[in-house]
This record gives sequence, structure tokens and C-alpha cells, in this order.
Amino acid sequence: MTHQGGAAAPDSSDVRSVPALLARNVARFGGKPAYREKEFGIWQSWTWSEAAAEIEALALGLLSMGLGVGEHVAISGRNRPALYWAMVAVQRCGAVPVPLYQDAAADEIAYALEHCGAVFVIAGDQEQVDKVAELREGLSGLRHTFYLDPRGMRHYDHTALTAYAEVQAAGRAARETLLPELEARTAALGPDSTCVMLYTSGTTGRPKGVVLSNRNIIETARNSAEFDGLGASDEVLAYLPMAWVGDFIFSIGQAYWTGFCVNCPESADTMMTDLREIGPTYYFAPPRVFETQLTSVMIRMEDAGRLKRWLFDRFMALARRVGPALLDSRPVGLWDRLLYRLGDLVIYGPLKNTLGFSRVRVGYTAGEAIGPEIFDFYRALGINLKQLYGQTEASVFITQQPDGEVRSDTVGVPSPGVELRIGENGEVYYRSPGVFVEYYKNAESTAKTKDAEGWVATGDAGFIEAESGHLRIIDRAKDVGKMADGHLFAPKYVENKLKFYPNILEAVVFGANRDRCCAFVNIDLTAVGNWAERNNIAYASYQELSQHPQVLATIGAHVAEVNRDLAADPMLAGCQVHRFLVLHKELDADDGEMTRTRKVRRGVIGEKYADLIAALYGGKDEIYTETEVTYEDGRKGKIRATLKIQNAEVVPAGTRAMAAE
Amino acid sequence: MADGAGGAVKDGRTIGGVLMDLSNITLRFGGVEAIKDISFDIREGEIRAIIGPNGAGKSSMLNVISGFYVPQEGEVWFRGARRPAMKPYQVARQGIARTFQNIALFEGMSVLDNVMTGRLTQMTAGMAAQALWLGRAEREEVANRERVEKVIDFLEIQHIRKTPVGRLPYGLKKRVELARALAAEPKLLLLDEPMAGMNVEEKEDMSRFILDVNDEFGTTIALIEHDMGVVMDLSDRVVVMDYGRKIGDGTPAEVRSNQEVIDAYLGVAHD
Repeated sequence: MTHQGGAAAPDSSDVRSVPALLARNVARFGGKPAYREKEFGIWQSWTWSEAAAEIEALALGLLSMGLGVGEHVAISGRNRPALYWAMVAVQRCGAVPVPLYQDAAADEIAYALEHCGAVFVIAGDQEQVDKVAELREGLSGLRHTFYLDPRGMRHYDHTALTAYAEVQAAGRAARETLLPELEARTAALGPDSTCVMLYTSGTTGRPKGVVLSNRNIIETARNSAEFDGLGASDEVLAYLPMAWVGDFIFSIGQAYWTGFCVNCPESADTMMTDLREIGPTYYFAPPRVFETQLTSVMIRMEDAGRLKRWLFDRFMALARRVGPALLDSRPVGLWDRLLYRLGDLVIYGPLKNTLGFSRVRVGYTAGEAIGPEIFDFYRALGINLKQLYGQTEASVFITQQPDGEVRSDTVGVPSPGVELRIGENGEVYYRSPGVFVEYYKNAESTAKTKDAEGWVATGDAGFIEAESGHLRIIDRAKDVGKMADGHLFAPKYVENKLKFYPNILEAVVFGANRDRCCAFVNIDLTAVGNWAERNNIAYASYQELSQHPQVLATIGAHVAEVNRDLAADPMLAGCQVHRFLVLHKELDADDGEMTRTRKVRRGVIGEKYADLIAALYGGKDEIYTETEVTYEDGRKGKIRATLKIQNAEVVPAGTRAMAAE
Repeated sequence: MADGAGGAVKDGRTIGGVLMDLSNITLRFGGVEAIKDISFDIREGEIRAIIGPNGAGKSSMLNVISGFYVPQEGEVWFRGARRPAMKPYQVARQGIARTFQNIALFEGMSVLDNVMTGRLTQMTAGMAAQALWLGRAEREEVANRERVEKVIDFLEIQHIRKTPVGRLPYGLKKRVELARALAAEPKLLLLDEPMAGMNVEEKEDMSRFILDVNDEFGTTIALIEHDMGVVMDLSDRVVVMDYGRKIGDGTPAEVRSNQEVIDAYLGVAHD
């Protein structure tokens, strides 16, 4: 509220809600495209005026169906303009939209619907309707379901089921009688009325309903849009789940604040093609997406002709050297500049075009650590890829990287309006205009997460770099421990660093309450197998390959490199890996060693491989072990192996190399 | 054969009157009788399966329906008129489309172009008009493309619209072939082993598409299939053939309890 917008930015004091922003946009950009969706192979578009008319018709229809103020309406389906309209239509009625993950299992949906007491569900297609229908019996509050895509729905019992288009038609028919009521309800919305409720995925316990107010969304959208200079001419591709807070901020918050156009892909499978056709200027993707794209580029380059490969290698080397500097407007020699221009003509430009990144002005990644090579690859091409750190409870933005200060190992400086604080245990706390109102019907959790002064605990441990003021996230706060000598022990941080090497699939680092760290490593069979094939190294099994002397040497080199990196950081120097072994089997969810989402279960691994850990710390050179494994069909078997234990190069603390800049 | 008037309603779908009537069909190849005096009918809006062990004459039967083979004896009635011997393209113009057991697509062409060929029978503009993109040719092309896009959307193959068919996996090729047949807006759709060589998931997808096609477009479907589970779930009525003869005809439940059918499939115990 105390923040003042820049000269060009619209004033937020008179915009009290998202529907109010809609009205403002109709007045300001009425004829400009607000939404596009590819259907039947053609991009269809709706201007702000047309979108507003669609929203009004739906809102009137919902009113005619008896939607009350403060009631909840669940919305579930893939990203489509009509579902975004549904969110705003629900808001216009004074009700609360609750977007749900479309791939959520029925019982998760049941929990959310029951918890928020949703009276209506607006579903994208038959699949979503079926999921709700399955639950209907158990849901006392649910009165009606609406569906968007009529396919396959003709023979359903329509007593409590209506097509989206029909509700809109009903709304249009009743416009004269209902419009005053709708206008009154929309006008009654203020900065403190609820804008949206989002369920957090929650790794532990039941999901929680995060209540975000219009103030949260509008202030956050305004601040973040100003931070990156987003404007009405920007384009985004909306392809991430609508139930995710990021999509709500990008595709509704920022889109309504700045008036930019939201493009929806034809289907989940066509996302890459649609990306290329739209060429967004503002783009978000989790690290996984960038990783997959890079891998496919690299594989295709392997198959390319020799000249093309040579050109690619030469120019990518140049790009890695000068690309990031050019992006940050740091000084670059004239000759390099000219070469880069040439590279842009023959390699970077066409490649960016293929990837759909020709026009990206601002790109973000977040959610998990991104490998430095991956990050640098995109930046070298001239794509302004940055990192941000956020949470549902913060309306996304906690920190983000300003242009010119982008690095792969930090998550940036506090976003405008955000205050940061590091707790005694290293946990990161923040306070901002985006901080959520409450967890719905869960005062206890609200109080646990947000204190009386508005500080919110992130659950992540991190620190603020003294010289740059950037935040660095180390690990989940509950995983961070202490070593015997009191040094910080952050296993996931080290494991992530190891996993950035394509040869390493998985790593588990031990060291809590011990004098030094040791590690288990899983090789990546695709990468290492590929290497073996190219070098004529024969092997009969995963186990044999994993213990091959050259493989062990390669992994040893990776570990040493990570150690050098860690040594450069006084806080984490103690986490260097002194000894490691390469496991004879892949860690597997079927054996209980990992969760289904591929997170290592330290407890289980520690117990199961106690003999190996003892050998690591006991100073042996090799160890014989037998491990029980569960096959996919449930049968159990044993594998036996003799594992070699390797010492890794360690940089003594305090003598870190200063040569590297 | 045609017992009772049409108009039965099943699962909300309307099964109408007789669309095709085959009476006393006999088909010979030299001395081999592939089909021996078989009669049955296909009703509007139904899914009709033809099953039987290998060599029972199922594919020959489908070829008779599609007009590719002309039986030596018997009559084929389609939409109330007796069908004379015809060229396959004339049959196609009448509203019969089919897919093949071993996929017959244009491998080097994109999915979109392949599906567009399904519209060939609907194009009336001359070659010159099409080459020069003159009025009618353009209007036709746009209308045809619209229909094709609806089919592409329906079968969820948007992501491979521009992919050459040769690069696609088997399951998707089958779907593209179905798309091409659907693009012709057939009255009667013939599917020759639509699930052959598919894994369970692909079979489930294909089953859903067959049911959806029947439901949404009201297309009558006749299919040959080996997978008994699929046939019993999909079809309204089943004809069972063995050694060129018809040994059973009725609903899946009736056919399943028919002793002759059980013998043909499981063999007869000799003790």
C-alpha cells in the first residue's frame, strides 16, 4: 500500500480486485487480444472486450444457478481460456475460485472439495466430470457440475450437470434481471476479499488451502511486472497447471495487471510446437523442461553432419565465453562481438527459433536446483533465463534475480516489497505484501507458519551472500544438520551438485554428527553405458560397469571437482566428500530406498546399507555385500557384490584456490 | 433376419433399421469356398463384430462388404437398394470407408495429408481448378480441412499433425488410418483388426475411440477382431464364422453361451 508505482505503471489505488482490473483493461485495451487458444489447427483469439463479455455471461449464468457470496467453486482442467474466465466469473459473483490439479487422484480431489465445501465444479472435460461423479455421493455440499468439452457427455444424467455454453446462454438470457445483482457483487469486492484459494501439494500431511486476497495478487503482480518491465505487448504461453500459484500469478495476476496476452496450447502434447508458433516474450519452466530440451538438442547434434557439428561446437564455445557477458552488458571485445553476431546468424538464432525462444525477453526457472551447464547453455544463446524463489504462501515471489546479476547458484535478491530474515537455525523467513491471508479452516497451521508480525517460515535453510546480497538456498531446513565439529551439513546441496554430472544418477551423502562426509553414488546407465560403447568397453551387467576402474576414476574426478567447489565456500567447506563408493544397484522406489517422486529416503538407506557405511568410515579398500532386491513382479532376490571404496581428493579448509575469479 | 422394426435404444444410443443386408452370400476362389451361404445384417448405429478362428473367412467377408470381392452367389443390399458389382471407389462414394489389417498409409506424407486423402471422394473441383486454387477449389479445400481438423481433434492426434507417417509408432499409425476413414464421413465404417499388435494401453485407447466414434458421429461400425475381450465389450451383436460358415449370431452374451462357438474356439474334447 505504501509502494508507489512508476510513472508508466497504472495506479493500483483505484483497482481493488481482479474483476476491477478486467474492467480497466476493457476500457484501456478493449480491442487488443487477451487470450488465444489453438483449436482445430488455428489460433483463435479473444480481445479483452470479448473475454469480458464471456466472463459476464458465465457469471450471470452462475448467479442464475444460485451461487452465493463467499461460496467456493472448484475448477479443474487443462489450461484453456474458458477456465481462466471461469475463475474471474466466480470472483465477479463474490465467490471464491479453487483451481485443482487436473491429474490429481480422486481421493485428493475429494479431500479438497470436501474441505472447501465447493458448491459447484467447473470441469474441463469428461475425465474431470467422471472423477467428480465418482465422489458425488460422499460430497454433501456439491450442488452442480459444469463441463466445457461436451465430448462423450451426451448420455450422462444431466440433473446436476450442465454444459458451460448452456450456463452462459442462460446467463445471457437473464441478463436484464440479474445484471444489477452481479454489478453490485463485483463492486463490493475489495483488496481484502479473497481472490483465490490454492491447495498446496504438501509433502507431509494433508494439503492446505492457501487463501490469497486481491491485495496479495495485485500487489505481487504489480511489483513483479515492474521488476522485469513487463507490459501489454508481452506474450505468455499458459501450460503449467492452473492450480499452481505461479500460473495464477502469470496468467491472471500479471496478465490482468499489464494487459498482456495469455496463449493456451492445443493440447499438452503440442506444447512444444505451440511454443514455437507463439514465441512468448515472457516464459517460465521448471528446470526439468530446460534439461529435456537441452538433451534433445545434444542428441540431434550428435547425429548431425561433421561440418554442422564442428560449427556448433565452435560457436557454442564462443557463446559460453561471451554470451552471458553480452546479456549482462559487460564489456566484450569487438572481435568477439562480431563473431557472436555471426554465430547468432548461423547457430544461435535458428536454434532459439527451433526451441521457441526467439522472442524471450524474460525467462524464469524455479522449483528445484538447475544444473549450471544447463543454465549457462541458455544464457550463452542470449536467452535471459533467470531464477526465482517462491512459495504459494508468498503469492510466488520471495526473491528473484535482477538483469545483470544472474548466477546459477543463487536465487536472487528480495523481490520488491519483500523483507528477508534468516533464523537462528538457518531457516529463511520473509514478510511481504504477497503473504497469504490464512490456511483455510486451519488456524493452527496458519499460526505455526506465519507469526503475529507477518513473518512466514519457508522451511528452507539458506543464507544471504554478504558481497552480493543474493539469497542462496541450501536445503530443506529439516534435512540440514551439523557435523561433529559443528560445521554445517547440507546433504542435498552436495547431492545436487553431484547429480548435475550426467554420469551420476543419484547420490547419497552421509556426515551428520560425524567428522567427515562420505557418499554413495549411482551411475547413470544411459550416460555411462553410452560412454562404454563409444570406448569399446565391454560389460556384462550394471554391477560390472559400476565397478569398472575407469568408471570409478571418472566419478572420482567428479567428486573432486565438487569438493573444490565446496571448498570455495567457507560455510560448506566441511561438506566435502572424503570417501565414496559406487553402488552395485540403482536405488529404487520398489525397494523402499526412494519415494515415488524419486527423493532418497536417508533412513531406509542408512539401515539397509549399514555395512557399506561402516566400511566407508572404517577405512577399508573394498567390501563384500549382499543386498535384497524386489523385482517388479514382487519376487525378491539377492545380489552379491564386492565394492571398491575410493578416496576422493579433498581441498583442506582455509587453503582454497584464489586463482579462479 | 431383420426381425422387428428398428428404433431400439441401447445405452442411450439409437439402433436404427437395417443398413446393410447380406443374404445367402457364397464366395469361391477356384475350388475353395471361402464363404458358404452366409446371411446377416448390419443395423444403423450399431457396432457389429465378425469373429472366428484363423482362416474362417472373416477378411473375405469384410471384402465382400466393402465391394472388393463380388460373391458368386447371394445379394448385398445397402441402404434399401440391391448393390450391383461396383468398383471400390464407387463403394467409397456410397459411404463405406475402411481400415486395413496391415496399415495402408502413405508413409512419406504427413498425418494431415494422409487424413486429407480421406476427403478425396468429396472433392468435385477439377484438376485445373485445384492447381490454380480457383474459387470452388479453395472453398472445398477449406471445408475439407475443417472436417479433417475435427477428426484430428477427435482422435487426439494434433501433436503429430505435421509428422510424416513413416516416423510414427504402430499404435499411432492405426489411429491415423482410423482418422482417414472417418474423414470420409462414412455411413458404414469397416475396421479390419483395429487392435492387432497393440499393447493393453493402446487397445484401451482404440476401444474408447471406436465407442466414441459410434456415439458422437452415429457411425455404424463393422469390425473384425481377434481379441475376444475387446469384441465382447465393444459390440452390440456378433457374427461368428468357422470354415466359411456362420455358426453363431447374436449379442455377445448369446454368442458366448453358444455351444458350437465354444467348440470352435476351445476345440472339442475327444475322450
